[in-house]
Amino acid sequence: MRKENIVIVGLAVFAAVSAATWLLLVAPAMTGNEINMPQGVTSQSVDHYELHMIVLWICVIIGICVFTAMFTSIVLHRKSRGYKAAKFSHSTRAEIIWTVIPVLILVGMSLPATLALVRMEDSSGSEMTIKVTGFQWRWKYEYLDHDLGFISSLDSASNAARQLNSGVDPRSIDNYLLDVDHPLVLPVNRKIKFLITADDVIHSWWVPDLGWKRDAIPGFVNEAWTNIKTPGTYRGQCAELCGKDHGFMPIVVRALSEADFESWIASKLAESRDQEQELNRLWTRQELMQHGQEVYESACATCHQPAGQGLLPAFPALAGSEIATGPVDAHLDLVMNGRDGTAMSGWRDKLVVTDIAAVLTYTRNAFGNNTGDVVQPMTIANMKQQGSQQEAAP
Amino acid sequence: MSSDIIHNEQHLAHADHDDHDHKPTGFLNRWVFTTNHKDIGTLYLVMSLLMFLVGGVMAIIIRAELFMPGLQLVEPDFFNQMTTMHALVMVFGAVMPAWVGFANWLIPMMIGAPDMALPRLNNWSFWILPFAFTMLISTLFMDSGGPAAGWTLYPPLVLQSGTNFAFVVFAIHMMGISSIMGSINIIATILNMRAPGMTLLRMPMFIWTWLITAYLLIAVMPVLAGAVTMLLTDHFFGTNFFNAAGGGDPVLFQHIFWFFGHPEVYIMILPAFGVISEILPTFARKPLFGYGSMVYATGSIAFLSFIVWAHHMFTVGMPLQGELFFMYATMLISVPTGVKVFNWVSTMWQGSMTFETPMLFAIGFVVLFTIGGLSGLMLAITAADFQYHDTYFVVAHFHYVLVPGAVFALMAATYFWLPKFSGNMYSEKWGKIHFWLSAVFVNVLFFPQHYLGLAGMPRRIPDYSPQFADFNMISSIGGFAFAATQLIFVGVILHCIFKSKVRATSAVWAGSRGLEWTLSSPPPHHSFTTPPDVTQNMVKHAE
Repeated sequence: MRKENIVIVGLAVFAAVSAATWLLLVAPAMTGNEINMPQGVTSQSVDHYELHMIVLWICVIIGICVFTAMFTSIVLHRKSRGYKAAKFSHSTRAEIIWTVIPVLILVGMSLPATLALVRMEDSSGSEMTIKVTGFQWRWKYEYLDHDLGFISSLDSASNAARQLNSGVDPRSIDNYLLDVDHPLVLPVNRKIKFLITADDVIHSWWVPDLGWKRDAIPGFVNEAWTNIKTPGTYRGQCAELCGKDHGFMPIVVRALSEADFESWIASKLAESRDQEQELNRLWTRQELMQHGQEVYESACATCHQPAGQGLLPAFPALAGSEIATGPVDAHLDLVMNGRDGTAMSGWRDKLVVTDIAAVLTYTRNAFGNNTGDVVQPMTIANMKQQGSQQEAAP
Repeated sequence: MSSDIIHNEQHLAHADHDDHDHKPTGFLNRWVFTTNHKDIGTLYLVMSLLMFLVGGVMAIIIRAELFMPGLQLVEPDFFNQMTTMHALVMVFGAVMPAWVGFANWLIPMMIGAPDMALPRLNNWSFWILPFAFTMLISTLFMDSGGPAAGWTLYPPLVLQSGTNFAFVVFAIHMMGISSIMGSINIIATILNMRAPGMTLLRMPMFIWTWLITAYLLIAVMPVLAGAVTMLLTDHFFGTNFFNAAGGGDPVLFQHIFWFFGHPEVYIMILPAFGVISEILPTFARKPLFGYGSMVYATGSIAFLSFIVWAHHMFTVGMPLQGELFFMYATMLISVPTGVKVFNWVSTMWQGSMTFETPMLFAIGFVVLFTIGGLSGLMLAITAADFQYHDTYFVVAHFHYVLVPGAVFALMAATYFWLPKFSGNMYSEKWGKIHFWLSAVFVNVLFFPQHYLGLAGMPRRIPDYSPQFADFNMISSIGGFAFAATQLIFVGVILHCIFKSKVRATSAVWAGSRGLEWTLSSPPPHHSFTTPPDVTQNMVKHAE
């Protein structure tokens, strides 16, 4: 084979590879395979999918035109074929044409893009409001119309498997890294407004099937909305780098029919009434230790590690630490209010009082911290009340 | 002037002596105290090649951890350090210094000057960089580890960094000072040192793109320096610029950062445009199509780069009007960029093309950069970006414009001018092998990342759901192969400089035009001691 022919073959292969990859992008889009953007279950996700497909097709067509011209030239206008170079070096008419045509294409594209954006940003007429708070590395959901709230963390099976060299095959776990202990439950066919904020660093709340993501920023409250059409479970992840466990704070939305949602809400509210009663009784040490271990494993262990040995330099050990074996008040203050300039955030509003009491009891007695202290939920509830009165007083 | 001529005649008389152009002797004098534009250019290029390899090793660690689901190699925090450092090293250590290196070598030779306008400043611009990068990379060995909040350094996350943060900020300050001094030098040289007859609109495209790039650098590096200084005081001195609890604004940082960050993207790509505009006409044996509109398109892109920054932050919750403005402005960039691509294709059209390695890389650039540009157009659509944002689709997009974009252009430039710089021809066979392997594997590496992003994989995560496993594995294999291929590049360069027996002629290429090709290969230590009279036939493009 002549040298030049090798080049031709090489270029043809290159052209074929480029074209094939483009086709790969388009073909799955037509079969609805999961390697394309999901069409989702809201008007917005359908909007954004259609917009994506329009622009993708325009780009594919532009790409094919440009590359065809280029490869035709590469095949035909070669010195090895004896082609003599032309002398032209500009053409005002051609340059005007390929300035004006792209502008027209852009104008055509901007119309659906603008309309979709206007629809997306109109959260008026919502019938229900959910407040979403991101913090390292879980989500807190509050149903503002129902006086209900809870924290949603990575499920324990994924959490065990995702540790370095855990020896657990991720494929053996259902919805690995995309499952949580308490999913956000929403009704279908209702316009729901989201108020999105964060407690420590910036996070981003994203469920692809709902069609958008929005940053959760400390000190800001961002608005977004959804109206889910089909019942089902929809999964997403935090989309803004938020520290070491950024990859491990999934989002799960369970969309229920109106009736199912109402009964879910009723049972949840009953559950939280039970919790209030729990607050006013004396807990045994064993109860606190047992519940404390659960809370510790879900809330504290990612940083301070399951055996309390910490992860230096950022995350200090609790085993034998001055705080966990020192005065209870200082320990409580740190857990409630966090410490500025570190990843330790305040848990005052993220855990209920029984959880805090239990986890304090647990950390003061586990890992060889045998202080013998028992912290009762009541004590903390009183303190919290005094604290809020003091804050309100001046 | 007459003494110069006598000087030159003396040189002719002793042309076979190696020291005829007064190169300083001794390592210290030649390289550390150097004020010579070529030696400083070489230093820049060597350092950027080293940094390219260092940043590449970090990329390999990233791709190795992502080879399959589950954590096998590194802790998540170290993974974040790798993504952060990979970006900082590649942007500030590999791509930017490489372009400054080519600017140093080529600007005096292309405009008919003896050296850069400010040679001592030039020395300092380079020599603070090794210290900056030593400081930056040393953070990896500190107790607190390296920076792990992403190269975008968003607060409040970055304020959780340990003591490494001060080192990172000062390293960025030093890189900024280096870039600003380099830019001042480049602008002063281009505007003051052109040979008679080298009018602005006779300048080669590489000179034009660098002139505009230098202005961009001077405009935005101080903005970055200000932003990181505010982070520094927020972290160590109790200020609250970006702390909402103290009355500050974390989103303000993003606005400031991207006001730097978007022009920064063009700082890396405009010189690439210049190089492609040099190479395509040479191997098509036909003048650059639409020189005038190429210059104006470059200027328009530079201007637009200042008014599109917030498209990096569509999801922070801007008002509708803001989102619309930044969407329209961003879409507009595709017009001058399109003009460039169409003009390149027209330059090739009806040429008499040959396909030496620089031409192959240049064509690879046009094709793959266009793909990156088109996915950029998709990202400009704000509503669709609510899905694309911070996913692997974005990762694929910017790697397409940076790797087969800026880096391919750097490789094209290396193959194109290395024979001129070294006086020896490189191995065409190995150059071509390098190109074909790179072109195939760069696509295996980055194309599947489009699918990953669309299917919902966020960027900057060390572990993922098994549904993303197949494409991650393909991408990683492409990554390992692409990395290994670059060892060929290093081999070709070393062989060309130290071993190659084939001498390069002054013109090197059959179709070469312009002043740098009138000098010997390698060129004399001082480029044009007598300014050449630039006539039409020394200008690269048709007038």
